[in-house]
Amino acid sequence: MTPRKITLTVNGKTRSSSAEPRLTLLDFLREHLSLTGTHVGCEHGICGACTVNYDSVPMRACLIYAVQANGHEVETVEGLCNADGTPGPVQEAFQEAHGLQCGYCTPGILISVTALLRATQNPSDKEIKEGIGGNICRCTGYAQIIDAVHLAAKTLKGTSA
Amino acid sequence: MKAAPFEYLLADSIDGVIAELANSGDNAMIIAGGQSLVPMMAMRLARPALLIDVNNIQDLQGIDDGADGIRIKACTRQSEALASPIIKKRQPLLAKALPYVGHAQTRNRGTVGGSIALGDPAAEIPLVATALDARVTLQKKDGTREVPIDSFYDGPMMTTRAADECLSAIHIPQWQEEGRLGTGFQEVSQRHGDFAIVSAAAQILIGKDGVCRRAAVALGGASGFPLRIAATEAVLTGNPVDKKVVAAAADAVDNAIDPQNDLHASANYRRRVAKVLVERVIKEAALGAEEESP
Repeated sequence: MTPRKITLTVNGKTRSSSAEPRLTLLDFLREHLSLTGTHVGCEHGICGACTVNYDSVPMRACLIYAVQANGHEVETVEGLCNADGTPGPVQEAFQEAHGLQCGYCTPGILISVTALLRATQNPSDKEIKEGIGGNICRCTGYAQIIDAVHLAAKTLKGTSA
Repeated sequence: MKAAPFEYLLADSIDGVIAELANSGDNAMIIAGGQSLVPMMAMRLARPALLIDVNNIQDLQGIDDGADGIRIKACTRQSEALASPIIKKRQPLLAKALPYVGHAQTRNRGTVGGSIALGDPAAEIPLVATALDARVTLQKKDGTREVPIDSFYDGPMMTTRAADECLSAIHIPQWQEEGRLGTGFQEVSQRHGDFAIVSAAAQILIGKDGVCRRAAVALGGASGFPLRIAATEAVLTGNPVDKKVVAAAADAVDNAIDPQNDLHASANYRRRVAKVLVERVIKEAALGAEEESP
């Protein structure tokens, strides 16, 4: 009930604000830190729109209270772009391969895909489906998302070689 | 912000948790991964006055390998269990079931002990724990007790854990008999990663003579909590696992279960699926045992 001071690292920067324990990390990012790229979907852990990398692995930001994230490291979709603010390689691939339509689920999917590609350089269709299994998209039918992930894997491989 | 207001305590030791539980009792809840508790709090199905966070307690994390089995500390992430070579080698049935637990994004946060403590009748980890005669360690201020899993669950989402007890670990004993071990796990769910409508797990041990020495068969979603199917195990034990025996073992399921109607499936559907899945997991386990090098 009493507001707590919460300090965490978001996209490499130390950020801090005070919030009640019942505020989710999702609402904290959006309302306290003005990082509205992370989307609010179902708010009970089903849809995956709020997925963020938490200590380097993808998790649901609606299922973590902000107070629990004190001292932890969070990466949001805002952290995926290039230093000059242009879309990063995964975002670029999604644009190129039409990996989105309405875009509501996209921030969560971009986070899941980024985590997948960090762990698996050249994922198979099966690994991609497993990697985005926790993200629901109601527009694309997933086919173009899978294409986009393959494309992103290819670009990332090109840049790291 | 959807949950009712609560106070928050980040515990740094098991002693700290049980001291706080002794004080607060029913008003406090432990949060581990929170993958079920946070949604329940968002829907206000749970309204603890105090939330005790156990995520920072080192003593609650990790998997120990012992001669008599493995011990999984309660706050071990499901993703860590899935990646664990100890579990893969020593408890292959659990390794087989873990990919069905939620999605990568929820397994990264969700814990093994949390799933056991919640006791969802359709959850995979409680099912495997039931099949393998796991024991649950419960700690409170006055002492520690170990409870066999078959006296831990007493209804859907209901356990015999007292409000002042902290589930600190589960122990899964090793089968010590000689022979080739095979495991089977199958479930029917609407989508991969959803809670199962019905799930089945089997572990069997086949002797040199091809006869089944020991069998464990359990069903989830067919009653209020995971259920061992003793009648099926009795049909298997002492017999070669051939077509006739498998059919008889699956037939024995019918009288052993009491499925209910709910919004996901009818009792009749569950009954039919239960029998089919038991047949499949037995076949899968028998095949696995056959393939295992002696």
